[in-house]
Amino acid sequence: MEEKPRASLQATPEQLLYAKILEAGMYTGLLILLITFGLYAFGIMDPYIPLDKISEYWSMNVNDYLHHANIKAGWAWTGMLKYGDFVNFIGIAILAGITILCYAAIIPTLLKNNDKVYAVLATLEVIILSAAASGLLSVGGH
Amino acid sequence: MVKNTKLWLILLACVFITTLTVSPALADASAETAADGHVWWFWPLMLLIITFIMGILAVLGGVGGGVLFVPIISGFFPFHLDFVRGTGLLVALCGALAAGPGLLKMNLASLRLAIPVALIASTCAIAGAMIGLALPTNIVQIALGGTILGICALMLTAKKSAVPDVPQADKLSSMLKIYGVYQEASTGEIIDWKVHRTPLGLCLFVLIGLMAGMFGLGAGWANVPALNLLMGAPLKISVATSKFLLSITDTSAAWIYMNKGCVIPMMVVPSLVGIMLGSFVGVRLLKIAKPGFIRWMVIGILAFAGIKALSKGLGW
Repeated sequence: MEEKPRASLQATPEQLLYAKILEAGMYTGLLILLITFGLYAFGIMDPYIPLDKISEYWSMNVNDYLHHANIKAGWAWTGMLKYGDFVNFIGIAILAGITILCYAAIIPTLLKNNDKVYAVLATLEVIILSAAASGLLSVGGH
Repeated sequence: MVKNTKLWLILLACVFITTLTVSPALADASAETAADGHVWWFWPLMLLIITFIMGILAVLGGVGGGVLFVPIISGFFPFHLDFVRGTGLLVALCGALAAGPGLLKMNLASLRLAIPVALIASTCAIAGAMIGLALPTNIVQIALGGTILGICALMLTAKKSAVPDVPQADKLSSMLKIYGVYQEASTGEIIDWKVHRTPLGLCLFVLIGLMAGMFGLGAGWANVPALNLLMGAPLKISVATSKFLLSITDTSAAWIYMNKGCVIPMMVVPSLVGIMLGSFVGVRLLKIAKPGFIRWMVIGILAFAGIKALSKGLGW
């Protein structure tokens, strides 16, 4: 087998780029989540489900919850951002979405380094995660 | 800059706790009681307290927050398993997001090792999440109980190898250039590492991804043995890459749960804050605690929660 070249103690440029974007996204998402939760819990923004009614819903399965609370699944929350509970989804979506951005950002670096296999793998990951995020992969009820 | 941001996050977390206990909105509503006889904020507050303890135990016991969260919260809280799994994935995801950047910068988490593994694990986590949400709750609960008891057995029996002997890298890992070098901080030694049995390892991540998505557990308990014992990555590289890997695997499954509607902010935020604050305290306690005892305690708690999940699923 061919002798592998000596690796470096330092992280590769694409790894550092990934880390930088991940860090920025993580802090932004958490900060927004904590601020919006403050707006919700302090009563500054009215919630869609009143705080004193919420315990009636969390013991239901998700289908019953959506039906009884008259909430649509998927990205419907983007149309309900005037409510204190749904505004929290902005921070959650940033936290859940930042990885897609990290992957997309390293593809040009991988291509520049002629690392075609990893560029393809990273592109596939972007497609997979985007498909999951899009809501196209829907699930039947139980 | 980063330190300041951390301070701001801690400050905001403190504001949050104050909010949960003394805010006027809560005071207005405090007279209203839920069907179980508690005021509505009782369970979010309990969630905050229990996840805070969980955060401490997770650090001291060397396990991820997600693996403790789902069996304990689904077993002893009134929340439906659908919401517990959605929240559990977000808890594990945030833990991984918080640790990931530092581990990548220190070159302890390897992006080259993580990318192929993550592609398989995240794809299978989507499938696992879809299966888990389509199956009847009692079946998932029984499977969860069985899995948790299996994790206890794994924690009791699995050995770890600081630097496994890898005589020769396999063809696939050589082609993908999965190797690296790191400096062992305690000895200053420079350690070259490579992996073997890559095809078998990747196959194992099909199962790991499925289970992570189905139960919302995170998967550090399975990632580390797979990377360390099977593929031969050094323990430090395995632990760091596993933690980073969760940020990708759990992202894919979390979106499925989120798009299905399994996310209630009043459950997610107290859990995240509790686990994160607990982790901060846990790291500080690490110097004085006896990890061996804590690990036994974590295994005991997990076994109890696993039996509880089984009995709940079986309707006993």
